[in-house]
Amino acid sequence: MTADAKSLPRLGYRGGLLTGDIAGRVLIALLLAAAVAVPAANLLAPEGSLLHLSSYTVTLLGKYLCYALLALSVDLIWGYCGILSLGHGAFFALGGYAMGMYLMRQIGTRGVYGDPVLPDFMVFLNWDRLPWYWYGFDQFPVALVAIVLVPAVVAFVFGWLAFRSRVTGVYLSIMSQALTYALMLAFFRNEMGFGGNNGLTDFKDILGFDIQADTTRAALFAASALALAGGYAICRFIVSSKLGRVVTAVRDAEARVRTVGYRVDHYKVWLFTVSAMLAGVAGALYVPQVGIINPGEFSPLNSIEIVVWVAVGGRGTLIGAVVGALAVNYGKTVFTGVWPEGWLFALGALFVVVTVFLPRGIVGLLRRRRGEEAA
Amino acid sequence: MTVLAEVLRRDRVFDFVLPEPDFAGGLDTRHGPILYVEDVTVAFDGFRALDRLSLYVDDGELRCIIGPNGAGKTTMMDVLTGRTRPDSGSVWFGSRIDLRRASETAIARGGIGRKFQTPTVFEHHSVMENLELAMAADKRVWPTLFAHMDSADRDRLAEVLALIGLASLERQPAGALSHGQKQWLEIGMLLMQNPRVLLVDEPVAGMTHQEMEQTGELLQRLAGRHSVIVVEHDMAFVRSIARQVTVLHQGSVLAEGTMDEVQNDPRVVEVYLGE
Repeated sequence: MTADAKSLPRLGYRGGLLTGDIAGRVLIALLLAAAVAVPAANLLAPEGSLLHLSSYTVTLLGKYLCYALLALSVDLIWGYCGILSLGHGAFFALGGYAMGMYLMRQIGTRGVYGDPVLPDFMVFLNWDRLPWYWYGFDQFPVALVAIVLVPAVVAFVFGWLAFRSRVTGVYLSIMSQALTYALMLAFFRNEMGFGGNNGLTDFKDILGFDIQADTTRAALFAASALALAGGYAICRFIVSSKLGRVVTAVRDAEARVRTVGYRVDHYKVWLFTVSAMLAGVAGALYVPQVGIINPGEFSPLNSIEIVVWVAVGGRGTLIGAVVGALAVNYGKTVFTGVWPEGWLFALGALFVVVTVFLPRGIVGLLRRRRGEEAA
Repeated sequence: MTVLAEVLRRDRVFDFVLPEPDFAGGLDTRHGPILYVEDVTVAFDGFRALDRLSLYVDDGELRCIIGPNGAGKTTMMDVLTGRTRPDSGSVWFGSRIDLRRASETAIARGGIGRKFQTPTVFEHHSVMENLELAMAADKRVWPTLFAHMDSADRDRLAEVLALIGLASLERQPAGALSHGQKQWLEIGMLLMQNPRVLLVDEPVAGMTHQEMEQTGELLQRLAGRHSVIVVEHDMAFVRSIARQVTVLHQGSVLAEGTMDEVQNDPRVVEVYLGE
């Protein structure tokens, strides 16, 4: 950089997206590498060799990556705009259901009742035809659109009502919690047409590929890694734009932003909607990997867990959300293997410890160690 | 019933149905004044915060407004910025724009900037980012997402930085500034919106003597290009910068003139010193 360019205010200078974001570069490089290496270690390395990864591990890692994307979406609104959503699991679940509907329609005559159109649970309920909102879900592009559009519409309507009325802070958190709880109760009802408490499961294939096959699982893992890398890039673009600076200003001094002339409610609705879309994508990638989506995904507890991931990793740093989601979920896998009933206690304790001792999370701690000013 | 009667009155329309005044049409100051406040009354639960207040401010003028507590200074600013609607009277910006019908945001965008008493800058943003956020620009969501500064914007930013004396601190987080520097930054944020009128509420409260002097110089430099209205308690400060002083008392103008004229006015002496 020449001395001349250096004297320019950094704001006007638009370098590459990841200029100065070392953690982001490392993350994206790792994700791209993993998108190749993990499937290779599963498919190419012979079983029993040191390099071999079991299909179970591949799916587990893919699941973690979906969670990391979900955590990113929460960090975007909580860490950067101060909107503490305790209902983000709802958007994850909605994206998951959209994908689940597509997968259900792919089953076709292979279901228990062999109906070419109706999923098993509808036959079981003696329905004679498909509800209108199931139309088109046999087409993958329709499902893709629904995966982002349905969470976006719900988030937009919710956000428009809440933010325009200037609902903030704990009231908004409670409302978002109520939203996901209401959706959970609704999806539990058989009459809703989403399989009631069993949800959607027993999937056979995706885009014509056997959903249980190792190659499909490897491809789903790679897709999750790419989605997380893409999600990170989108979030980074948003938070390093002028809009990013506006929303952090909203987080710090909302009324002042209004006096400067920004329509704060528009910004919040926009960011909330984008965040819900990311969560929807995460849910859609999650469902084919775990093989089921049921109303339990709407449980308020899930949404609170996401917030804990972000808090542990370090809110307000994108990399923190990813690190937190991966670390806590790995911890959960290990912990529940040893003492399943204890997990909720451990999670609660973790949240308290992090809030009290690590207000900036793992990433904040590392940055402080390096003597860096936390962004 | 009275509520219903109020709603069904046919001799007026509701605020939100009124067309917003057209700020884009330009400001007409050919007749001299940039602000016309005429016969404005604002009552809160029967208490008249403003009582038939009339006040004219010329384009480019530096006007100081003083008055004891409760004289209506803050309410007057609220009326000018659209925060409070007058119960009666008229408020014009230039001779074309009716401020009674304009929303707070429209007024802020349209050229009347206000600095509040307590400085509120964005503490976690750098000095430069604070100015960038305040800059006059398309402030809708999508244009903001893709916004970047062109060289004219950067020149403007550098100019304001120099004017408020914070050029060497442009990368500092605003939270690390001293009280006085925060006040200047806030004035700078106002300037980034290219206002025609600056309303400055108690600019030197809590400042050191030296900071006060610098603030006085800054405000005097601003007059001419902008009309500056300063509300201040500190008499020494007002004396040092004032050309025209308006004394408010119980919601209306008690006296108007140069500092000397005003200070020798027996009614002013009475209000300030008691009977």
